[in-house]
Amino acid sequence: MDEKNTFSPLDPFQYVDLGIADWADGIKQWATANRGTIQPIKHFLNDSINSVENVLQAVPPTVMIILLTLLAWQLSGRRVAIIVCISLVALGLLDPGAWALAMTTLAIVLFSVAMCMVIGFPLGVLAAKSNRFEGAVRPVLDTMQTIPAFVYLVPVVMLVGIGNVSGVIVTIVFAVPPLIRLTSLGIRQVNQSVVEAARAFGASPSQIMIKVELPLAMPTIMAGVNQTIMLSLSMVVIASMIAVKGLGNEVLRAMGRLDAGKAIVGGLGIVILAVILDRITQGVTRSGRERGYRHWWQGGPVGLALTTIKSYWKRTKPNGESNRHKHTKLHKMKQEQDRE
Amino acid sequence: MKYDKQLPQDTEPVIECRNLWKIFGDDSDRAMAAIISEGLNKENILKRFGCIVGVQDVSFSVSEGEIFCVMGLSGSGKSTLIRHLNRLVEPTAGEVWIEGENISTLSPTGLRDLRASKMGMVFQNMALMPHRTVRENVAFALEVRGYNRKKRFNIANNAIEIVELAGWGNRYPDELSGGMQQRVGLARAIAADPHFLLMDEPFSALDPLIRRQLQDQFLKLAKEMKKTTLFITHDLDEAIRIGDRIAIMREGMLVQVGTPEQIVMEPKDAYVADFVAGISKLHLVTAARIMESLTDYETRTGQSLNKSDLLTACPDDTLDRLAELSIDTDAPLMIEKDGTHVGIVTKKALIRGIQGRLNNVVGAE
Repeated sequence: MDEKNTFSPLDPFQYVDLGIADWADGIKQWATANRGTIQPIKHFLNDSINSVENVLQAVPPTVMIILLTLLAWQLSGRRVAIIVCISLVALGLLDPGAWALAMTTLAIVLFSVAMCMVIGFPLGVLAAKSNRFEGAVRPVLDTMQTIPAFVYLVPVVMLVGIGNVSGVIVTIVFAVPPLIRLTSLGIRQVNQSVVEAARAFGASPSQIMIKVELPLAMPTIMAGVNQTIMLSLSMVVIASMIAVKGLGNEVLRAMGRLDAGKAIVGGLGIVILAVILDRITQGVTRSGRERGYRHWWQGGPVGLALTTIKSYWKRTKPNGESNRHKHTKLHKMKQEQDRE
Repeated sequence: MKYDKQLPQDTEPVIECRNLWKIFGDDSDRAMAAIISEGLNKENILKRFGCIVGVQDVSFSVSEGEIFCVMGLSGSGKSTLIRHLNRLVEPTAGEVWIEGENISTLSPTGLRDLRASKMGMVFQNMALMPHRTVRENVAFALEVRGYNRKKRFNIANNAIEIVELAGWGNRYPDELSGGMQQRVGLARAIAADPHFLLMDEPFSALDPLIRRQLQDQFLKLAKEMKKTTLFITHDLDEAIRIGDRIAIMREGMLVQVGTPEQIVMEPKDAYVADFVAGISKLHLVTAARIMESLTDYETRTGQSLNKSDLLTACPDDTLDRLAELSIDTDAPLMIEKDGTHVGIVTKKALIRGIQGRLNNVVGAE
């Protein structure tokens, strides 16, 4: 008792209390007080998330597998499509209930990533263009990425209440920084002599951004999107603590009951989702040129379909009156392409 | 060839730089003020303000259709200078007038119009857009001006044909060799049919053989299109081959401006003299410069000439041509203009001329 009242210069912090924790706790009161004002936004977001989920749940698994495989083929090539197909089948085989849970999680993750892009993309562009903004936003991003999620879990729940919307907000806080960072980095890394050339030919700042900087920064920006997706997935278990359903909730419940089997099933489901989303988004960054065609509609299932239709067209109507002109023109274009 | 080219000196200049200064650094305005009030030199400016003087008090004008070469070593400020003409670099002081308009007064839109419609620029490092095909690159200035796809691709195809790259329109720049890439750069510059070409060391990054090919191609094009051109180079041979007039630039200043012949034959100072020392005079110096008058020749040698026996040449013929003519004869050459005899070139004068020792050209044998 005596000891405690004596100030010791060797251990000064023992005797100073600025009351930061109490002061910060005020955020809770503020959050509860302002609850009403954000209700309309909350309902809107909640409805949006639910409609995404309803769509995903409504599609039968077999159809979904086919659709996602075709999408992966178009965006990222045949190899990725095979991986995606196998992964989806494996996901369904994990457990009879796994597919539905995975679709719920997918809905939350996709919605979070979409929100991240809406927020992160403009901020990234801004950070690339303004050194001052970049300097200001950097420590904020560092904080968002390193602060434990449990710290902001409580205020968010106080403000928004439990459920999907809070889950999405918490996920965005953690997942948006790499998108902002990599968008900024990608634009800053664009070869300045090319930008100068665009300026020399009279391009306006917005034309330079759209026609030169963004296309050239796209691989880096897509790496950012990929990172955002991965981080969103890694948040699903934490988000399930505030009543977000899906695979994360499965893991959380299994943990509570020490049910290792269920935890493994839920965990594997998350991993498989991660593999699928990762492969598809990584493949997007490879341009069609690397895969041997020049336009996106020349490859994948669309390309295949177009070629089939074209050859069918040629066979059935080689001398069709109305199509002769079009046909010869196509033929000429083809010849030109061949020559080139 | 150069000797039959008339310089359009009587026409109004279309590009005019007046006392152009460019000082790089945060304190450039104060540095500029100090230069005006105290007459500080480059070193003192760097010491006192931490500013680098890029262009110092440069004035020149270019006439319509002229090819004006700016020659200087790296760091002499020539790339900075050329960027003033389309305001990629803003001058610290001085004015640039293009076709009678002070471009410092242009609004952002007016400036973009000027760049897109009047100026075509070619860069040393090509600066082609890697994500666009050759055709899309060439059509860029037209795209910026809002031409529809069909129209701009037609024009671009035409430009691609002019630089002899027909059939490469759908390729990407990285599929082309360096020389071809720079031809794409040239096509991009001429596609919008600009009044001016700004060429920033366009051929410097290419190997010698390709460089020569492109120089020839450019000269041929320049003759056909007659575009006013500002051509930057660090290669005096190139400047002499291409330029109607040459400006020698050193440490941000223009040391000498003149025709290739003037630069080579009458270097203004030791720096320029050093540069031109190794330049062959064969194709630059004309008979007019080394001939002496008939009466001088006759009084000096004391013999009268049998004019009909002599081979004749024009005053504009180069030393190369004169040497060719007199290879089989010991007699001097008669120089004739419009049917009258205007001078005599002795063998000694010819040889001295080839050596570049013009002071010794005329005189006793």
